[in-house]
Amino acid sequence: MPLRDGTGPIPDDWTKVEPGAPLAARSLLGLADAEARGAELGGIDPRSLGLRVANDAERARLLPWLRKVGLIALAFPSFADGRAFSLGRWLRERGHEGRLRAEGPVIADQWPHLRGCGFDEVEIPEALAARQPEAQWKAAEARIALGYQVGRPGRQAISAARREARR
Amino acid sequence: MYRYDEFDAAFVKARAGEFRDQVARRLSGALTEDEFKPLRLMNGLYLQLHAYMLRVAIPYGVLNGAQMRKLAEISETYDRGYGHFTTRQNIQFNWPKLKDAPAILDELASVGMHAIQTSGNCIRNTTTDPFAGVAPDEIEDPRATCELIRQWSSLHPEFTFLGRKFKIAVTGAEADRAAIRVHDIGIQIVRSEAGETGYRIFVGGGLGRTPMIGKVVREFLPKPDLLRYLEACLRIYNLHGRRDNKYKARIKILVHEIGIEAYRDEVEAEFASLAGTISPDAEEEARIAAYFASPEYAALAEASAFYERAKREDPDFAAWARRNVHPHRAPGYAAATISLKPIGGAPGDATAEQMRAMAEIAERHSLDELRVTHEQNVVLPHLKLDDLPIVWRKLKAQGLDAPNRGLVTDIIACPGLDYCALATARSIPVAQRIAERFADPTLQERIGPLSIKISGCINACGHHHIAHIGVLGLDKAGVESYQLTLGGDATETAAIGERTGPGFSYEDVVDAIETLIGAYLDRREPGETFLQCYRRLGMEAFKEPLYAAA
Ligand code: SF4
Repeated sequence: MPLRDGTGPIPDDWTKVEPGAPLAARSLLGLADAEARGAELGGIDPRSLGLRVANDAERARLLPWLRKVGLIALAFPSFADGRAFSLGRWLRERGHEGRLRAEGPVIADQWPHLRGCGFDEVEIPEALAARQPEAQWKAAEARIALGYQVGRPGRQAISAARREARR
Repeated sequence: MYRYDEFDAAFVKARAGEFRDQVARRLSGALTEDEFKPLRLMNGLYLQLHAYMLRVAIPYGVLNGAQMRKLAEISETYDRGYGHFTTRQNIQFNWPKLKDAPAILDELASVGMHAIQTSGNCIRNTTTDPFAGVAPDEIEDPRATCELIRQWSSLHPEFTFLGRKFKIAVTGAEADRAAIRVHDIGIQIVRSEAGETGYRIFVGGGLGRTPMIGKVVREFLPKPDLLRYLEACLRIYNLHGRRDNKYKARIKILVHEIGIEAYRDEVEAEFASLAGTISPDAEEEARIAAYFASPEYAALAEASAFYERAKREDPDFAAWARRNVHPHRAPGYAAATISLKPIGGAPGDATAEQMRAMAEIAERHSLDELRVTHEQNVVLPHLKLDDLPIVWRKLKAQGLDAPNRGLVTDIIACPGLDYCALATARSIPVAQRIAERFADPTLQERIGPLSIKISGCINACGHHHIAHIGVLGLDKAGVESYQLTLGGDATETAAIGERTGPGFSYEDVVDAIETLIGAYLDRREPGETFLQCYRRLGMEAFKEPLYAAA
């Protein structure tokens, strides 16, 4: 499925690995599968591991992987189900430094919100990408510039811009 | 009041532009109807029974003359020459065309208004006491807090696709005129024993199908912690919030299911661990607060001989003054309620001409400020006592002088079957018939404070659960049937009304209400209001006469 980040379409250098299947150079594993593999993952550079996580996953289960894995992909079963916005933001607050991916039918209009919660990239279904080509995501990117919330990636808060304007 | 600066203006303008683009992308097929729906809702555009409805935000109910004039103009250019003020202190236009919506949003942006987050599963317009900054019993003006919340909640990246809508209300006084206990989050400004100002936070109140009174989640929250605490409250809700059943997705259900203690524990843990800055700096908070500093009042005497004489000379004016004029903290000033409940009218409706008259009066006499109340009326917050007679005459000329604030004809009614696609019964015509039955102003005053609220289906937009007498219109095998509830209360003694028993037909419901009021008049003690009387006597005392005839 098409993958893009703030720069536009990007190649996916992660391999989705089925439960129990052999690992690849960069393996994207389901959370339960990663937990089940235990010692098998011990000798591997954790940055070559990624986790696919449902949006109702217990947060405690994610704690052992924080600051280690190279990618966390959070599921958006529907664009209207916004639980993963909170989960993503929380992961960033708790120190996840690898890539953060939204996986599912999120729409271009949500790109500013995704960025605001710390997501780097989206992996969307083919049909949706066809309906909402790159130009629409670029237009959404431009809307990130202005927002009230403080401390959001990639933009200055309005209150800070005000302060600057006064100086 | 708060004035948009270039940054607020740019933000709103960008939103209007975004929505224009979204409408175009819907038409081109880039957005499916399913995808477009939450986007248009987040811009205030509902699909109703006959047409689209546009709900315009009036942040915490405060607006100036120019904004009111713009609303009048929009109602004439794009609608049918009237608007409907809502229980959320907003205004709705019932007949706009989808293709006009972007142009309307542009018009609104020109006076610093918008429709952002007036519907959809996001944080809605924060509401407050219509007498904010005016009421003598207030600890602090709640509007600065409301504005802080408005900015924080506008397009919040984390909380724009919640499980369900989310409503916050703030009051600055112990007397609750903002119904904070029936909001998802209610905020009361309080003073600690040490004299520090902070907040008491309620959570999980709400009406709808499952009415609940909010519970205290935090007894005292220091002021600087507000946004951080709200962020924690919303995050726990968003992470838990059920997505499988929209009727179980409100925070009140979550709090009910896991219990207030468990919810509080999770929120406090989240609050303690939230990293990063959330609140704007102190400079920004001071900038916001400065907009709500007391305006320059004239130095006036406490009383006005002119006002007192006018009351003696004209009993109609005196009646209006008794009911619709409220105390003001500045000497020689008063606030006044413009009732949008004329006998026989649709509650909360105002014509373009009436809106212009209200704008003119506000500009001339009320320091250019108006407030929309959750009772669907409008308040003129800063009137000189000397000006009250002329203000009243101007209102009278427009049919805006109903002397009924808080009385039996000051009815809240949802749009019901006349406009709403979900309705199971009419509600506006019921309100009109009740008002006609009790039209006599002397009778109304004899009955005293009494709230009647009417909903046209179990979604309870008419807030019937918190009415002294609540009316819920249902559909019983194709026939309208009206259930009555008694003893509801939206204030600091909040309560959900109790059902009397079987419902009444459209024809009989007004008689039934008259019977209830008759029972009260017969048995009340001197000075006792309907609610006090009901609380003393209990349901049986009212049930008996109500069903005796049947
Ligand atoms: S209570 Fe029902 S009928 Fe009335 S406005 Fe709400 S949904 Fe419509």
